Amino acid sequence: MMSGLASGCVYGLVALGFVLIYKATEAINFAQGDFMMFGAFIIIWLANESFLGLPFLFAIPFGLVIMALISASFDRLVLQRVVGEPQIVIVILTIAAGFILRFFAGVIWGYEPLSLETPIVGKYLSLGGVVLSLAEIGVIVLTVMFTITLYIFFSFTKLGVALMAISQNQLAASHVGIPVRKLQSFTWVLAGIVAGSAGILYASKGAVDPSVGLIGIKAFAAAVIGGFGSLPGALLGGLVIGIVEPFSARFIGSGYSHLMPYIILLLILFLKPNGLISQVRSKKV
Amino acid sequence: MKVFFRESYEQDLGLFQDNNQKFRYFLLLCLAVVLPFILGDFFLGEATLFLIWAIGGMSLMILVGHTGLASLGHAAFLAIGAYTTVLMQTKLGIPFLLSLILGGLLSSLVGVIIAIPSTRLHSIYIAIVTLAISILVDDIIVLSESLTGGVSGIYAPKIVILGVEFDRYSNIDRLYWLVLIILITLVLIYKNILRSPLGRAFIAVRDSEISAAAMGINVKKAKILSFAVSCFYGGICGGLMGHFSTVFNNETFNLLVSINLLLMIVVGGLGSIHGAFFGAAILSLLPVFIAIIRDGISSFFDVSFYSIPGLETFIFCLMVIFCILYEPMGVNGLWQKIRLFWELFPLGGKTFFSKQKSFLKTDRLK
Repeated sequence: MMSGLASGCVYGLVALGFVLIYKATEAINFAQGDFMMFGAFIIIWLANESFLGLPFLFAIPFGLVIMALISASFDRLVLQRVVGEPQIVIVILTIAAGFILRFFAGVIWGYEPLSLETPIVGKYLSLGGVVLSLAEIGVIVLTVMFTITLYIFFSFTKLGVALMAISQNQLAASHVGIPVRKLQSFTWVLAGIVAGSAGILYASKGAVDPSVGLIGIKAFAAAVIGGFGSLPGALLGGLVIGIVEPFSARFIGSGYSHLMPYIILLLILFLKPNGLISQVRSKKV
Repeated sequence: MKVFFRESYEQDLGLFQDNNQKFRYFLLLCLAVVLPFILGDFFLGEATLFLIWAIGGMSLMILVGHTGLASLGHAAFLAIGAYTTVLMQTKLGIPFLLSLILGGLLSSLVGVIIAIPSTRLHSIYIAIVTLAISILVDDIIVLSESLTGGVSGIYAPKIVILGVEFDRYSNIDRLYWLVLIILITLVLIYKNILRSPLGRAFIAVRDSEISAAAMGINVKKAKILSFAVSCFYGGICGGLMGHFSTVFNNETFNLLVSINLLLMIVVGGLGSIHGAFFGAAILSLLPVFIAIIRDGISSFFDVSFYSIPGLETFIFCLMVIFCILYEPMGVNGLWQKIRLFWELFPLGGKTFFSKQKSFLKTDRLK
């Protein structure tokens, strides 16, 4: 149950990255999972003894800055040039970018799974007879904090509201004086940081290899289940998937456990296309 | 300088623009037919694979290039086609051509079943649905091991039509011709769909759903039919691919295949049959090309290159990104530009192809 919650939180964080970018740029970043994978590798590279071996608390901000830079440069070099193109173009671009990241990760760090050495890994907390892994608790607490911060940011700050305006109509937003391009870059930086954090949490929970980016697809299901464009929804969706997986493995059969997220996804899309927390209404001419 | 005059309305609807074009395609066809006499067995195998990929490209081109619906899970339909074709031959003893068509039809049926609820969704969600379907089909193949052989895969039987054997290893030239005939039939069907009201409805839906509906097109029906045609092509492509690789499992049709297909038609050029062919050529020839260059470099500098995994995908993805940034119409667009430049030789200018800038509008209200 706890490990389900913890992996759900990682899905939720990746889904949060999807939602962030979707909210601000109306694009879907299919590379979010690969961003997370890359972030995890960067942190491992900085913090593990076998690589650079920097102190852990120093490695985290450093790694997040690198992730932010990668994300921002992807936005500046590629996405700024395709402003106004159909969504599918951006989907294809981000898929391609994901593969490129995976290739680099494979070439630099190899295809062997690595895991992060953190101060809290492998320590357990005994709470009323239930043994909890400290890493899993850390994952859950951090994710919830992250989501709340972002939610407050989007709902109550001027910047957040401006980002929402951009997502609805770029032209109108630029007419009322919102610097559209700057804010979109800012969102990408933010998404890079979120991906990096998800990477850190994932790496401290288990091993990372270049194909881990594929959990991006599960996170994607999480984002859809929660309703695209809703930050708490993304976390909720992540938790639903994280909990459903181990439960279906136990009650239905282990082969079926990773089918469940997609079955839920399809059911939600067909029955309640706007997700659990609705954001979309049909357009009138 | 060449000028094209339209003399009647029928001319716009014809399969070929003029006799000149008809002649050029005839030459291309002749080249394709005599290819087995020119190429060795290895390259002929690659050429066959290219033709099969081209069918897959056309399949996705109908959906993405002509109807504007993105599918990220087309490999699922390929898989359905492949397994149906092979299982019908081995378990029921149905002859190859019939089972190939049945495979296409079943795949098409599945496509329609998926399309009916999907068409209520916004375009990006259709991509998500197909993605989920692709993963589901992959897992279902593994789970239903008794029928599909699961991870260990199944063997495709030899193709026998009217007593003539078609086999990849003993007579690749016959297999090549067989695929070529199927391909030409499919191209003709595609071309005829495009000039029928149905094809025009597809294009109208792609350009603007709202104006298509205003012109009296049943948007939902057009989308479902587009799925049906596309999945039929996909099923046939899958059936051929299964027979070409002789043994296949769920991995043969994984997510990477769908994404390769999508990237392929983007590089080739969306919205034209040429694009599917250009893309297929790049996708199927790139690994061969890289291998040749690598061997060349190794022997020239006398160093041994160990092969880097995923290099082809990497180069392909870089091509996709550059393609979208600098040449959104893909290789086909480049080809058209070069042709137009020479046809109008001294008169062509840079502004001829400049793009119109636009802002993104969304369907979201809140």
